[in-house]
Amino acid sequence: MRPRTVELGLLVLASIITVAAYGLTSLGRNAELPANIVPFLAMVIGMLLATHLVVRRFAASADGLLLPLAALLNGLGYVIIARLDPALADSQAAWTFIGLAGFSAILVFLPDVRRLEPYRYTLALVGVVMLLLPLTPIGVSINGARIWLRVGSFSIQPGEFAKVVLATFLAGFLVDKRELLTISTRRLGPLHLPDIKHLGPLLLAWGIALIVMVAERDLGSSLLFFTLFIVMVYAATGRSAYVVVGAVLFSVGAVGSYRFFVHVQRRVEIWLDPFADPKGAGYQIAEASFAMADGGLTGTGLGLGAPGKIPFAATDMIFAAIGEELGLLGTTAVLVTYLLFVSAGFRVANQARSNFEKLLAGGLTALLGFQTFVIIGGILRVLPLTGVTLPFVSYGGSSLISNYLILGVLVQISHRANSPDSSVGALRSTKSARPEADLTP
Amino acid sequence: MIDRSLRHVLVVLLGCFAILFVQLNRVQVFNNTELRENPANTRTIQRDFSRPRGLISTADRVVIARSVPSDGPFSFQREYPEGELFGHITGYLSINIGASGVERTYNDELVGRTPSLQLSGLADLLGDSDATGQVIVSLRRDLQAAARDALGERRGSVVALDPRTGEILAMWSNPSYDPNLLASQDGEAVNAAYADLLADEANPLRASAYRDIFFPGSTFKLVTASAALEANVVTLTSPVFDVETSYTPPLTSRSISNFGGSSCGGDLLALITSSCNVGFARLGAELVGPSRMVDQAQAYGFNTVPPIDLPGAAASQFPTDYGEQVRSPSLEIPAGVYENSPALAQAAIGQFDVAATPLQMALVVAGIVNNGQIMAPRVVSEIRNKKGDVVDQLGPTVWQRPISELVAADLQTAMVNVVENGTGRSIQFPGLLTGAKTGTAQLGTVPALSHAWMVAFAGPVDGDPELVLAVLVEANETDPEQTGGRVAGPVVASMIETYFANS
Repeated sequence: MRPRTVELGLLVLASIITVAAYGLTSLGRNAELPANIVPFLAMVIGMLLATHLVVRRFAASADGLLLPLAALLNGLGYVIIARLDPALADSQAAWTFIGLAGFSAILVFLPDVRRLEPYRYTLALVGVVMLLLPLTPIGVSINGARIWLRVGSFSIQPGEFAKVVLATFLAGFLVDKRELLTISTRRLGPLHLPDIKHLGPLLLAWGIALIVMVAERDLGSSLLFFTLFIVMVYAATGRSAYVVVGAVLFSVGAVGSYRFFVHVQRRVEIWLDPFADPKGAGYQIAEASFAMADGGLTGTGLGLGAPGKIPFAATDMIFAAIGEELGLLGTTAVLVTYLLFVSAGFRVANQARSNFEKLLAGGLTALLGFQTFVIIGGILRVLPLTGVTLPFVSYGGSSLISNYLILGVLVQISHRANSPDSSVGALRSTKSARPEADLTP
Repeated sequence: MIDRSLRHVLVVLLGCFAILFVQLNRVQVFNNTELRENPANTRTIQRDFSRPRGLISTADRVVIARSVPSDGPFSFQREYPEGELFGHITGYLSINIGASGVERTYNDELVGRTPSLQLSGLADLLGDSDATGQVIVSLRRDLQAAARDALGERRGSVVALDPRTGEILAMWSNPSYDPNLLASQDGEAVNAAYADLLADEANPLRASAYRDIFFPGSTFKLVTASAALEANVVTLTSPVFDVETSYTPPLTSRSISNFGGSSCGGDLLALITSSCNVGFARLGAELVGPSRMVDQAQAYGFNTVPPIDLPGAAASQFPTDYGEQVRSPSLEIPAGVYENSPALAQAAIGQFDVAATPLQMALVVAGIVNNGQIMAPRVVSEIRNKKGDVVDQLGPTVWQRPISELVAADLQTAMVNVVENGTGRSIQFPGLLTGAKTGTAQLGTVPALSHAWMVAFAGPVDGDPELVLAVLVEANETDPEQTGGRVAGPVVASMIETYFANS
């Protein structure tokens, strides 16, 4: 079947699931269908159909799974958010609209992501500035993390966008430098290490991760940045030495921050025994665990649980709310959806025709995959809990929009990989990449 | 090469997701009971607050717990119309401090989560789908009220049960508490009321009748007599013990004397009738010996939590360690002498570290009058569905078989004799066969303080005993010299009167 036909069919399915879940939630809570179910259906179908048409027009050969999977996650997240707090749901609907618009804009205005390759150092600068912006006076601290900018009545998290920008920089930088990074000039025991000066990007990543963690107190993003950098360097070079060095740097950073920062120590203590103080420090994890245990195999049913008891149920802890009302069956379905998404993303990387696109697609997919692991693992006590969003599901504009931008990049890369005329673009790209190299500092 | 490395990354990610999947199964399904039962988890109770919940009624059809629709934060309000009279039985269902009593042990039945209730709900598909069950307790309101009135302001406990089935007919401890205070939908008010109840030195939340242990005093002589009869070291009529005023066990110079310094002796029937400390101490320490005493006490259920269907029951205690044998059995001391024989002499008359709940002492008598079998005690007799059809009949089960039928008959005779000729004369009723054993457990002499006990049974003259009672009036300063016969006897009498007047 053609990818667009698959996409259309799956989008209709995702819409039906979303609207059915929306209706069931209302039935569960008030024993009646929501008054706005028809407009809601129209809105969901309308937004997805319009997006589908954009894909059909500008990325006709792209993979047909990515958008429907994202739409399903987004729809399920919306239903849970609407059930928890109708006011948040209205904003989330607006963010979804903007996200889909951003996704479409990527397809329309950036038909070839390799056009970004020459601007890699500019992007690096932009990314670092975005990351550090919250530390300036225009930044604000919410729930202990200084990762927000107040713009009018909105709060935005520039770090969410910085991840995408820095991934693009890294892809460009690594394509340029991968040969240098692959040659080993020294040995350290069994490890072959490249010249110290080529370890620069890793140390830079380490530095950024530390700054984010120490100054902005955002452990989750810090961990994700670092993972992203290691994954991309490893992908570009194929050298496990970088993973080992990265792991050592990570351990040093982790042990150091555990020793020097009380908030890190507290996280670890809560992780090891959240039930030591279930009404205080461990409240969040304890309530999330109780909610998931209550859900059992099949869940309490949509609208019939008490997910409002979980702190941050609409954002960081939304997976626990899903676990309560949809049970192990529901959470497994969500995990499988992410697995399909991640597999589709890596397939895009595999099919991509340029190394830049391969690295970018692989890096961004890995970012979403590990982010999913970090937050779900945090809720399930596999890892210490760090506040990151569940991609496409959690409430949050910055996160949702940046996820849709990532989706746009993946779909666009996929389209070029599968369309017959893409070899032309590939040539042009190699040419344009060279002169920019002079700008290397 | 990039493709190869990315494949490795994908494999690592798959591994991560596999870990998540395993852990999800543990949290949500395989280990979820542990999380659901975590004391900090208020979810189950909160959910139960928002659902209909069945009635709890007494055997004489008085409603003691019901749910009424509410406009509060939850859709139903739990009410306890009889207040503190049944507080220790119904328990409470509270949004923030959990549940107790029948509300806790029969939660699944009350909300309709048991298979039989679900099935009976299914059969009624066209009607309303309310599967909540009604719990009928075996307690009678008239007996419970009689216990409360007879005990009055004094601290103490009354347990009445049917020895043939183990069904509790009344179980009252003073002080009690009003569960309505803890059933409020206002969490703050509940916390305040709970804190007040906890701060009360008399501990009204705690049902002393089955959760606290006390020196049983002379009522424990029934156990010692059982051990002696079972071991065939005595019969009711032989040997005849010397009339003495005190007994000094081996290895000590501290003697045991009789109540009020009197002298007593004679055969076992006489020892029981006069509640002779000296004779029983010698009997336990020198004729029965430690291993048979421990075995007999444990056969009655000491050192075991009785299987009553209420949470938090206490195990009664009988010490098990009497040290090494220091002298072999002889003609004078057939049981031999042990390092701790003096303690055994004390234990044989219900002192030393012997301690029992009023419920346990009632169960001892239940075994004696039910041909040597103790039925498992319980407060709930049946479960009905919402329409009133019985869906679960909780039949009697045997808990312990402490003594043979012959020994049981002997002891029953001895208890009747206590009422006819001994310390239990206050419970003589024409037309009824009654038996008793009193106990006065001295806690101290300066100032004088003692628990007053009476355990008893009653039945028609020509039939099996139907009613077993254990009454404990706890030591109190207003009546420092209280004795079982004088103080606990009238409470027993009042219970027997009420039982047979209304049966």
